[in-house]
Parts: sequence; structure tokens; C-alpha cells
Amino acid sequence: MESTSHRFPENARAALTNEALQSALGKLETGFVVNRATAAGRLPEFEALRDQARDIKNHTLAHLDYYLEAFEAKVIENGGHVHWASTAAEARQIILDICRTVDAKTVTKGKSMIAEEIALNDYLAENGVEPIETDLGEYIIQLRDEPPSHIIAPAVHVIKEQVAEAFHVAHTHLDPNRSLEEPRELLEEARAVLRQKFLDADVGITGANFLIAETGTSVIVTNEGNGDLTQILPKIHIALASLEKVTPTLEDTTSLLRVLARSATGQEFSSYTTFSTGPRRDDDVDGPSEYHVVLLDNGRSGMLGSEFQDMLRCIRCGACMNHCPVYGVVGGHAYGWVYPGPMGAVLTPTLLGVEEAGHLPNASTFCGRCESVCPVRIPLPNLMRQYRKREFERKLVPASTRAGLGLWAFFARRPALYRVATEIMGLMLRVMGGKRGRIGWLPAARGWTAHRDMPAPTGRTFQAQWAARRAVRPQSSKDASRRTKL
Amino acid sequence: MSDARAEILGKIRQSRGVIDDSAAEARLSTRPRGIIPARTDKAPGVLVDLFVTQAEFVDASVDRVASADDVPDAVAAYLASQNLPSEVRLAPDTQLDDIPWDQRPTLLVSRGKTDGSHEVSVTAAFAGIAETGSLMLHSGPESPSTLNFLPDHHVVVLRASQVRKSYEDGWDDLRRQMTSRPNTLPRTVNFITGPSRTGDIEQKILMGAHGPRRLHIVLIDDGFIGTSTPEKFDGI
Ligand code: SF4
Repeated sequence: MESTSHRFPENARAALTNEALQSALGKLETGFVVNRATAAGRLPEFEALRDQARDIKNHTLAHLDYYLEAFEAKVIENGGHVHWASTAAEARQIILDICRTVDAKTVTKGKSMIAEEIALNDYLAENGVEPIETDLGEYIIQLRDEPPSHIIAPAVHVIKEQVAEAFHVAHTHLDPNRSLEEPRELLEEARAVLRQKFLDADVGITGANFLIAETGTSVIVTNEGNGDLTQILPKIHIALASLEKVTPTLEDTTSLLRVLARSATGQEFSSYTTFSTGPRRDDDVDGPSEYHVVLLDNGRSGMLGSEFQDMLRCIRCGACMNHCPVYGVVGGHAYGWVYPGPMGAVLTPTLLGVEEAGHLPNASTFCGRCESVCPVRIPLPNLMRQYRKREFERKLVPASTRAGLGLWAFFARRPALYRVATEIMGLMLRVMGGKRGRIGWLPAARGWTAHRDMPAPTGRTFQAQWAARRAVRPQSSKDASRRTKL
Repeated sequence: MSDARAEILGKIRQSRGVIDDSAAEARLSTRPRGIIPARTDKAPGVLVDLFVTQAEFVDASVDRVASADDVPDAVAAYLASQNLPSEVRLAPDTQLDDIPWDQRPTLLVSRGKTDGSHEVSVTAAFAGIAETGSLMLHSGPESPSTLNFLPDHHVVVLRASQVRKSYEDGWDDLRRQMTSRPNTLPRTVNFITGPSRTGDIEQKILMGAHGPRRLHIVLIDDGFIGTSTPEKFDGI
């Protein structure tokens, strides 16, 4: 899909005044966040499982070529096909070619972020193959002709009235006066409409949460069962996945699954965790007769060995965005591409370039909540900081900001001067704050003071106070011993 | 696109220093287990109780019966409780052969896969995973996958002796069964944990998205029950 990441500030501003969006986003904290905390609390081993998940992913990345080749060999041994794609365009072409071998009219699709990344739907439609999204959230946004705003809950920004509107427009064969007020009514309608699509499709395309080297297996995790109907009913099953989805063994995959659902929805295990290996066997009575895996690089091999390698551990649980205060108010579309929230703020500039997506790593308060919940312990704030550095080095930061930072650096490198300057600054601010102690206008921070007053400093600087404290109460040996215990 | 293959693998290798894959080779052959939650550390009988608790926690319903002879009545009772016609689509599974379906002549039983026209399916499980109350099923000539997803109601017959602690125990069982082609899984292995659900409309959880609206487990207590004094399981 086309990126609007370079317009993040404008996108975010529009999002803040969008009432439907704000009402939808308000439910994140009571839903995903509480559920994840409960699930983590029910499992005493959860933190150790996160360490283990990080280690499994690191081990796999350290031997990525080995595991990919092992995976490929196993898929072929089981009668399946593996296709390698360096770019999005190659992946799209491969998939279209497979669809053409059976003259496919319609393809059903399970939710796949990689399919969004390569803009598969538009391409298939342009070439005469109708793609039908079957995950309820994906189906809703496909009807609304918009991108997903969350990696596991693509329609989280939509309220039920908007779903009803989309269904009224799309399902013209149904009574126009039917009631679509309740979520249950909406679900029943989608279930009935999509059921026929599942049965009619020529090809089913799913993503993959994991690709297992030991057995040549692709794994999908869903709650609706749409992914399963997508991959068992049509003649051909295509699993589309990026390189880093590979895992060594069934045991490793199982270990990763223990943290995935808990981090994502707060479930202990999703309703359907499905392992698919090759096409149907000779004596099987159902299942697809062809099985294809499309392995997409699209810039990921370049992340290996770079400061962004850690990002390749991501298992796409969505916890970082559920817990992000910035995502929580601007929603996913503001990020302008496929991947929103903290993981998107790192991944998007890596895949599209810092010129296009340099705003995203800046859309963070560095509160650290994302890192504190990430099941594979990706140091997201630190990776965003790397981008800020890059952006600064490449002179993509506005001149006024550069000048300000330069001025600050000048003082910061001269501690004595810094102390004097900050003391004077503190005094000036106190005077500006007047009796109310609040400053309503600051020359260098007009954007900030336009919406709120800045409280004036009330005492001396931290450094000055610290120096004074140490002079009065030198640290006792007891204090020191207590400190080491902490 | 073999060029892409060479290009991708080449780039990956470039980013690596000395290439030594012995650790990876060892991992694939030894398949080390990770941390298994201590909640599964139970005597067999209590493990079955844990399975039931966990399955009910994820909105499956469980009916415990004493023997295979009781299954037809249990299935008929379930159908009646759901106001369903007395008709089921049965997996052609030898595991279900000891169930005397003809004891309920009014229960219409047909065998085979489904094209979506059957409201209720009855299948056998490969294992029950106590850790999360998950059912492990796999495809095969006797166990079509369509039965697990197309009907509105999925009834699964599980024996207490099939209840395992963890997914890992389930994998080991399956590996033991795949002796003719080692390391080759059946086409589809499903872990089913509760009925189909969605939270895609305003994060409200609703059952019956695309798969079965209800998951009903008929659990045959075939040996473990009564053999252990039930200890209380804590903190699941
Ligand atoms: S970065 Fe971590 S928290 Fe965010 S989606 Fe990826 S795995 Fe989940």
C-alpha cells in the first residue's frame, strides 16, 4: 500500500478530532491491556517464558539461512513448493501465477500483514482475481476500502454503526430494512455471506505466524476459524510469510506460542492453532491438493547484522501498540502504512526509509511501556532512538531544532557553564511565571504553550539542590550498604 | 525465482561472520524442550480435572461419562439441550468404533467429511492438553478436517487416558505414531481451544465467528478416574 507516513503530524491531528475513532480507541485499555495483565498473572513462568522466547528468536536469526534451507527441504519432501521473493513485486507475481494455474476467479484470504505489506489485494483485483478477506475485521475494512489500523485487530478503529453502514452498502441482496444494530446481528450476517465464499474459492491465501524448519510446517493462529476454512477448502493453499518467521522445532514453536496469545489478546491459547504440512495426502478425504509457501524478504535480510536486527524477533502480537499512549490517542492509520504503534515506528523506517517515515520514531514519549510488555523483549525505545540519531545525522531534522540541540550540547559539554546557565534560566522562568507560577507563552515553545501553561520552576535546579543535600548529610556507610542490597 | 533464493541466502550469509551451524544442527536433532508450566505437574486423575477446568474456562462444555457405551446417550442429550435435530455427521474414525450408536435408533448417524450441510459433527480427539484445555486433532483418512470447522456444533469424544500435560507431550505421541515417515506431520494438526470467537466488532467477544458456535467434549473416564485422591490444584 502507498505510505502516508511522511504526513504523520497531519494524520495525527485529524485523528485527534475524529469522534468515532476516539470512542473506539477508548476501549483498548479496558480490553487488551487488562486481559494481557490477567493472563500474565495466571502464569508464574511468564517472565521466564519471555526470556526464553527472546533467546529462541535470537538463536534462529543467528542461523537464519540454515533454518530457511532446512524448512525448504522439508516442504519439498512433503510434496509442497517454496517460492523465494526478494521484493513485494516478485511476491505478488508469484501468487498471481499460482492463481492462474487453476484459472482462479476468487481467492479467500486469512489475515496476513505481509499481504498488506505487498498490497496483494489491489494487484489481484487489477488482474481479474477477486480477493475476499475472511477475518471479520479484515472483511470490514475491505468493504470500507481502508487499511488495517492494528496488526491483530484490523478494524479496532471502527464502531458498530460504521460496520452496519458498510454491510448495508455491500450486501444489496439482503432486505434493506433488516436490523443491524447489535454486534451479534452483524456477525451473523458476515458469517452467512462469507460461508458461501469459503466454499466457492479456488485458492486460499493465509499468512503464517511460524514456519517450522524441523517439519516444513506453517502455523496460523486464529480465533474465528476463518484461516482454517481458507486453507482446507480450496484446491490450493498459499502461505505467505517473511523470512524471520522460521523457527527450529515443534518444541520451540510451542514455547513461542505460550507467549503469543497471552501477549496479544490475553487468551492462554487462541481458539485455533493450526499446523499445516504439505498438501493433502493420497488417502486424505479433504484438504488442498497443492501447498505453496512464498518467502518474502523485502528488506529484512538487510536488517540482519544491523542495529535493527532485534526487530526481526517480532512475533506480531500487537501488545506494544495496545500499551502505547501515542497509539492510544492517534490510532493506527496516522502511522500511514501497514505497521502502526511502536513496532511500526521501528519497522516502517527500516523498510521504507527514514526519509519517508522519519516522523514515526519521533512519535514516542519514550515511556518504555512497549518494551515492558514485548514478549520477545525488543528494546523498542532504544531502536527508535537510533532512528532519531540517524535522522539528525542525515540533517533531516529542522534547522531550528538542530540549532537548539547544538546550543544545548555546547553547554552540556561544559558542566560549570551549564550549572550557571540553568540557574539563571530557572530564575528567569520564575520571574516570568509571576504570582500564579505559570507561564502562558514561551518564545521557543509556542507550539507547546498554545495548548497549556507551563508551570514555572519553584526552587533551585536539581544539581544545586543535590549539591546542597550532600554537603549537609554526607552519605553514611549504612546508606551505602542499603543501596547495594537494592 | 531461484535468483531471489540465491540473493536472499547470499545477503543473510554476508551478515554472518564465521559460519558454524553446529548449534542449529544439534537443535534440530535433539529438539530441546523449553519451560513447561508447573501447573501441569499433577497426578493423572487430577490432570484430567485440570483439563476439564481449563476447557470450561474457554467456553467449551464437558460431559464426563463412564464408558463408550454412554456416548450415544450423551450425544443425544446434548442435541436435545440445544434443540437440534437428532442427526450427526460422524468421523469415519476407528477410535469411535466401540461406541454402540445403534443403541439410540432415533439418532441418525452418517459418516464422512462434510460439505457444510451438516449441523453437528462428532469426531475423536488425538489428545487433550491439560495445560490450556486444548484438544489436539489431526487430519487423515479417518479424520477429515472439514468436520472440525464447518458444522455449527462440534462434539469431540476424548478419553481420560488421552489427556496429556503439555503440547510437547502431544507432539511426542504424534511423533511415535509417525514411524513410517519420521518427522512428517499429518497435513493438518489442530489445537482447538474453545469454540470459534471474534472480538472484531468493538472488542466485544462473540462466539461462532466462522467456525463452530459450540464445542462440546464428551469425556470417557476410561481408567484414570478414582485411581488418585483428588489433590487441590492451586493458582491456575
Ligand atoms: S514488537 Fe514486541 S510487542 Fe510489538 S508486536 Fe512485536 S512482539 Fe509484539
